[in-house]
Amino acid sequence: MSGPFSGFWVTLRQMLPGRRVTTQYPEEKRVKPPRFHGRHVLNRYPDGMEKCIGCELCAGVCPARCIYVRGKDNPADAPVSPGERFGFVYEINMLRCIFCGLCVEACPTEAITMTHLFEMSVTNRQDAIYTRTELLMESDGSVPHPQPDSILIDKGELLQADGWMRATAPSGRAAYEGIPAWTPTLGAGLRPPEKGQSASRPSPVTRQEPDTSEWRDVNDEIDNAETDHRTGDGRRATGDDSNG
Amino acid sequence: MTHFLETVFQSVFWSAVIKVVFVFALLLLTALILVWFERRVVAFMQNRVGPNRAGPFGILQTLADGLKLLFKEGIRPRKVEVGLYLAAPIMAMIPAFLIFLMVPIGAPIHIGETTVTLQGADLNIALLFVLAMSSIAVYAIVLAGWASGSKYPLLGGIRATAQMISYEAAMGLALVPVVVFASSQIAGGSLGVGTMSFSRIVALQAGSFRGPVPGWFVFSLLPSFVIFFTAAIAETNRAPFDLVEAESEIVGGYHTEYSGFRFAIFFLAEYINMFNLSAIAVTLFFGGWLGPGADLPYVGWLVPIFWFLLKTYALLFLFVWIRATLPRLRYDQLMTLGWKWLIPLSLAWLVVFVLLQGVRVFGMPWS
Repeated sequence: MSGPFSGFWVTLRQMLPGRRVTTQYPEEKRVKPPRFHGRHVLNRYPDGMEKCIGCELCAGVCPARCIYVRGKDNPADAPVSPGERFGFVYEINMLRCIFCGLCVEACPTEAITMTHLFEMSVTNRQDAIYTRTELLMESDGSVPHPQPDSILIDKGELLQADGWMRATAPSGRAAYEGIPAWTPTLGAGLRPPEKGQSASRPSPVTRQEPDTSEWRDVNDEIDNAETDHRTGDGRRATGDDSNG
Repeated sequence: MTHFLETVFQSVFWSAVIKVVFVFALLLLTALILVWFERRVVAFMQNRVGPNRAGPFGILQTLADGLKLLFKEGIRPRKVEVGLYLAAPIMAMIPAFLIFLMVPIGAPIHIGETTVTLQGADLNIALLFVLAMSSIAVYAIVLAGWASGSKYPLLGGIRATAQMISYEAAMGLALVPVVVFASSQIAGGSLGVGTMSFSRIVALQAGSFRGPVPGWFVFSLLPSFVIFFTAAIAETNRAPFDLVEAESEIVGGYHTEYSGFRFAIFFLAEYINMFNLSAIAVTLFFGGWLGPGADLPYVGWLVPIFWFLLKTYALLFLFVWIRATLPRLRYDQLMTLGWKWLIPLSLAWLVVFVLLQGVRVFGMPWS
């Protein structure tokens, strides 16, 4: 059939079973992509130590300025984190957060990651500010969430870390494919590589030094250029944007 | 019990009251179901689900929407022409109900000695009455657009005048062959007195057209049906002829300034009109309530009602299907289709049909 009436068959055909694309949220939940950006969680090492070292890099990189961190020296007798300091105050304002994941990217210890849970509705603005209590993983590896269990809140999604770290570390170089270079986490253990990264490569994989004779020169050039830049522009060295 | 019903239906007053209340309830119920039906079907055609939360399969969705509209504030802008602004929704509603009173929805029921027609009123000029009432419904839209005192409703009202009046002409012309044909059917092949009574037109379709094909007028008068149905879509302001309310162009047209229950009445009237025109098309072209199984024991009187509703909903599905498929026409295309195609076509068809009838009845002029 063609001409102006061909459209009628198109619309009628769509009524056949099996063509529906809508899912019945919340009864039916779609499997989220591995790198989905949901709410954050502060991880612990398998021995229970907190990964956060209170460096405030996440707060510094945050484009929405929704993270507030204050570090504090670890008590000598009972250290909270393996580093020198730990995240004493850690708050994220979920109303301002744009879920860009730059905090995850900036974190040097993989302390803050994102999960697959996005049901975070609140009835009052104060409740949208997640503090350490809501963010920090419990000592048994489970993740707290201010909302109670319901048809909407699937706590299992909180255990799904976003795939950013696993997808990019280390350096995205082919030579490292299949080698988990991230740190293990309490509860989840060493997270497996993302789908598509073959973790079943014969191990141990010896690190193969690539031929660096060419790009090392380039790096030197870049280093030199940066040095020149810093010395040439005094304002940058002193820092005109110190309070973030 | 039988005796009581007989007494009630023998009284002209009480039988009229019962019928009117029944038609009122039926139309409101139909509008509720129809809105849901349309949303579901369009949703399926767009690979969606449609309303499915309120009640089983979402069938109570319209009720929920209607209740919401009832409780909303009826905003009356300062610039409206108060009297007409308030009267317009009622003017839209009343013709919609009156039209359906003419339509026979089932075979006459016999209670004892009394015969009860399942029809609000068996007017001998039902066809004219229906055309007249649908013309009055145009006034509701035009006046609503004008009385709102706002530019988009005014544009909608102007479009309504042009569109509905020009398509009404085509619709009226398309129905003339029905009356002509009915007259020749009555007289059994010679030209007799025609009829515009719906109950008689239905009865005339009872025979068989050819072999197993029923004697529905649509087989003899297909061009009339096509023209009538096209004009019916334009009369009810449905896509692709929904220029009167075109949300994307004139923000809802005539009902832009209406809110709350007054808007709900317009909405209801539009869907009831859709049902009315489908019911009339069924009555005139698809044999009305005629269908097999009317002689079944006990449920026999329900079977014609079932056939009537089935045919009507099949046509309503066509309405929805067309809406889901065709994009809205441009204004000049609408006018071209109405004046340069439908009206000449219906006139030509009328001439051809009358000539054919004349040949059938009187033979060739030279013989």
